[in-house]
Amino acid sequence: MKRRGILFRKTLNTAVKFCSIFCVAAAVATLVWILYTVFRSGLQALSWSFFVEPTKPYGIEGGGIANALLGTLFITVGAVILSVPPGLLGGIYLSEFDRDSKLSRTIRFSANVMMGIPSILCGLFVYALLVYNTKHFSGLAGSLALAVIMFPVVLRTSEDMLRMVPNSLRESALALGTPRWIAVFTIVCRAARNGLLTGVLLAIARVGGETAPLLFTALWSDDWPFSFFSEPTANLTVTINEYATNSPFEVMHTRAWGAALIICIAILALNIFCRSILNYKRGN
Amino acid sequence: MFDQEKDKVKIYSRNLNFYYGSHQALFDNNLDILEQRVTAIIGPSGCGKSTYLRCLNRIFELYREQRIEGEIIIDNENILDKSVDVLELRRKIGMIFQKPTPFPMSVFDNVAYGLKLHFKPNRKETAERVEKALRQASLWDEVKDKLKRNGMALSGGQQQRLCIARAIAAEPEILLMDEPTSAIDPVGTLKIEDLIDELKNKFTIIIVTHNMQQAARISDYTAFFYKGQIIEYNRTEKIFTKPDEKQTEDYITGRFG
Repeated sequence: MKRRGILFRKTLNTAVKFCSIFCVAAAVATLVWILYTVFRSGLQALSWSFFVEPTKPYGIEGGGIANALLGTLFITVGAVILSVPPGLLGGIYLSEFDRDSKLSRTIRFSANVMMGIPSILCGLFVYALLVYNTKHFSGLAGSLALAVIMFPVVLRTSEDMLRMVPNSLRESALALGTPRWIAVFTIVCRAARNGLLTGVLLAIARVGGETAPLLFTALWSDDWPFSFFSEPTANLTVTINEYATNSPFEVMHTRAWGAALIICIAILALNIFCRSILNYKRGN
Repeated sequence: MFDQEKDKVKIYSRNLNFYYGSHQALFDNNLDILEQRVTAIIGPSGCGKSTYLRCLNRIFELYREQRIEGEIIIDNENILDKSVDVLELRRKIGMIFQKPTPFPMSVFDNVAYGLKLHFKPNRKETAERVEKALRQASLWDEVKDKLKRNGMALSGGQQQRLCIARAIAAEPEILLMDEPTSAIDPVGTLKIEDLIDELKNKFTIIIVTHNMQQAARISDYTAFFYKGQIIEYNRTEKIFTKPDEKQTEDYITGRFG
């Protein structure tokens, strides 16, 4: 029998290796490039007034993005309040009370499908549901749209995190005569605490940069976001969109870069923080 | 085999059959466990030792596919009966697992957990009971200065004694131990064995063990399980010196298992 050529094998091996390295380098380089661009253009926007003054209407001198920062904070907190309790309880249901039945498989499948829904559809959905019927845009509608995106993420990650709690812990809680639901809340959830927190933070990071759902719901505004429930509410992402695409003024473009830089840093920090908790949990 | 004068039966099991789905794990199991004695259950892996323990506090009910038939009578009551309050049953029957399972909370709260579940102690009573349970588990001297520390920060042997303290704080009558020392180092094991010897004055103890020397050292009675059946049940010294059954002898002399 003829031997396979060693030279050919080695050449192929090297070729594949170089291809892989090139692809990884391309991915990392893209990230670095994006970060570089955002930092270079964004840094010059940062100043004291940028952080403390609200946005000003077109053509008026000065102003910052303080109202949009605060609005984004309000909208995100609202989304957390709307999505975390049901997501967490749903995750508890799937992990602790009904691991494998027709119903739980249906819920799990629906959540997976929901995670794949384009975010603009979530915005349209809430627009049709809330904005159209109440006849006004509002920060609350923005929160609801983001909550629709966050809910399945929180549900699935909390289920996964709770499943990582060893059965022996559940059994020893029940063996003491603990009612099932008390064991779940005082022992199992407590053991999975870091993981559950990470799930919520990752969901926040996921919606932190969403623009499309807010365009249909919170819209934007030059006012401070204190009419959160009844009027258009300022927020970072829609402000970026507005300034970068509709404004003819150079200073507004710079300000959009600054806002982008802030979102970028916040989400990056959130992600790194979550990964480090998860790594710590896995014992690395 | 029992001493009619001194021995009192605490647990009777009658015609116990147990199934994991379609797989049968216990066959017509009949066993009388004596009050305030240490009963060891030995046998090769998969012989139904742990399964038997898990019947006694009905912990198997956590899993939908597991099923039981027969009777287990404790204090004149068939505990498999639907009307039995399973939470009270589990207060009465403490369980120690193979791996220590401290709850993710402080040493003090670990021990107070079972206590507060079944009683309404005030602060002073809680502190007293926690100390008493830790003393009974011979752990007090080692942890009295770190009661606020997380239970998971203790050593393996200490964690296991913490679990014992947690179980006895709920004032049980029976303690089930499922290979309690198999994950513990030799020094820790010795401490737990000494502890079991003290605890039998107050509790009825059933211990599943893979370690034959351990069964011989600490138990009064020994049951040998094989393939879901009880091959032999007798005084420990009888089982280990002249067993009636050939299979028992083969197992304890290490010819199989």
